[in-house]
Amino acid sequence: MRFDDEPLIPGENLPLRPGHNSPGRLERVLRAGAFAVTAEIAPPDSADPEEVYARAALFDGVVDAMNATDGSGANCHMSSVGMCSLLTRRGYAMVMQVSARDRNRIAIQGDVLGASAMGVSNILCLTGDSVGVGDHPEAKPVFDLDCMSMLGMLRGMRDQKQFLSGRQLTSPPQIFLGAAANPFAPPLDYRPLRLAKKVAAGAQFVQTQYCFDIGLFKDYMRAVRDMGLHEKVFILAGAGPLASANSAEWMRSNVPGVHIPEAVIRRMRGAQNQKEEGVNICIEMIRELKEIEGVSGVHLMAYRQEHRVAEIVQRSDALSGRELWHPGVARDADPAIK
Amino acid sequence: MYRMRSWSVRHARTLKSLYRGLEKVLLLIAPLLRRIGYERLDKPFLWLEKATKGFLLDSQSCGQCIVGFTGLACPMNCPKSMRNGPCGGVRASGKCEVKPDMDCVWVLAWEGNKRLQEKEHPIQFLQPAIDNRRIGTSAWLREVRRHEV
Repeated sequence: MRFDDEPLIPGENLPLRPGHNSPGRLERVLRAGAFAVTAEIAPPDSADPEEVYARAALFDGVVDAMNATDGSGANCHMSSVGMCSLLTRRGYAMVMQVSARDRNRIAIQGDVLGASAMGVSNILCLTGDSVGVGDHPEAKPVFDLDCMSMLGMLRGMRDQKQFLSGRQLTSPPQIFLGAAANPFAPPLDYRPLRLAKKVAAGAQFVQTQYCFDIGLFKDYMRAVRDMGLHEKVFILAGAGPLASANSAEWMRSNVPGVHIPEAVIRRMRGAQNQKEEGVNICIEMIRELKEIEGVSGVHLMAYRQEHRVAEIVQRSDALSGRELWHPGVARDADPAIK
Repeated sequence: MYRMRSWSVRHARTLKSLYRGLEKVLLLIAPLLRRIGYERLDKPFLWLEKATKGFLLDSQSCGQCIVGFTGLACPMNCPKSMRNGPCGGVRASGKCEVKPDMDCVWVLAWEGNKRLQEKEHPIQFLQPAIDNRRIGTSAWLREVRRHEV
């Protein structure tokens, strides 16, 4: 997707448009009304930048932005700040995830200033999984903020140009603010209101949990539309391929917040090739999600199956024929890329 | 007391009006409290709060009470100290992600909110980040002093 004010250096941030909050590509794409695709990039357990670049290259040309996770599942990996630092240098559009579990308000505000300075345009505010589910259950859980107070704090930095303490910033971060949403966890009748509260706190886009239960998700979206929320926040529905029936069952009982209906697991178990079936289900899901009014994009979480993301995006036609820039492609040299 | 938590939420409406009544009484006797000295009263008040709120709501004495907004469920019992609603990890059974034997504080809070039958759900009010300096001090006295200013 090409805008009329593309920077001379491909991959650089775009000029900040009036009414926009970030110079990032994701905000541009969403505000232009295109169906956006984001994907989660798994940070390595390594200090080698080449591993990060190799993982990012799997998404070349198929995502509008990628999410650098922040100790997801409370497991230790390369930091989201480190991932974003490496990948923004290459011109990738990043969504930096920030979890309230590990850092207090002093650390988070500092990280966000640094991230914005590096060219990160999107920040996803999360409360975070509890330390108990991860590989360091003996660690101290911080939770100085929750996702809501973090959203409010970052919005204050951006719009009021001040820290939470009230101290002034000389130059505010230019960031598009995001949050997570789980339409599938109790109390179900509160979940749309929870989204409303996140929007009131400052969320401009949300990425949801896996939407394996399309029926339940449609109910949620109906309530969201009734409240007019789909016009105030861009909703990216979560999707991803299951590796096998067993891993689906494992996820369901061990990963907090994941809801997979019995029918999906039965279908996986009955398949000749479970891995392929997982991809097929994911593709069908994306096609269905794309048709739901108020859904602005998909967020792909293909843990350990990142190499299948490009195929999933292509076969589901999530991009509707849009071609995306990625490092290694000189935008002006290739007139086919729009 | 854990077992009282769900009882209190079921009686959120009554308890909230009692709470309002108590607030009025405290505001009435504010001049007396000031004369005795707020600092001197903090410990006894904290003890009083622990005896009442601690018993009924399993209150954790954060010193900045918001149970009027949470349907009488003390949010400080949430292992993630969330003060603005449930996380995405709540189990299908309504139990806590971190403590599988405990009812999610925010599932209870939502129940309590519905019972309050107020025009706008108080749970939707955005709560600021917690002030860690106030933990373990009297929330009631702070409320009285806030009205004085």
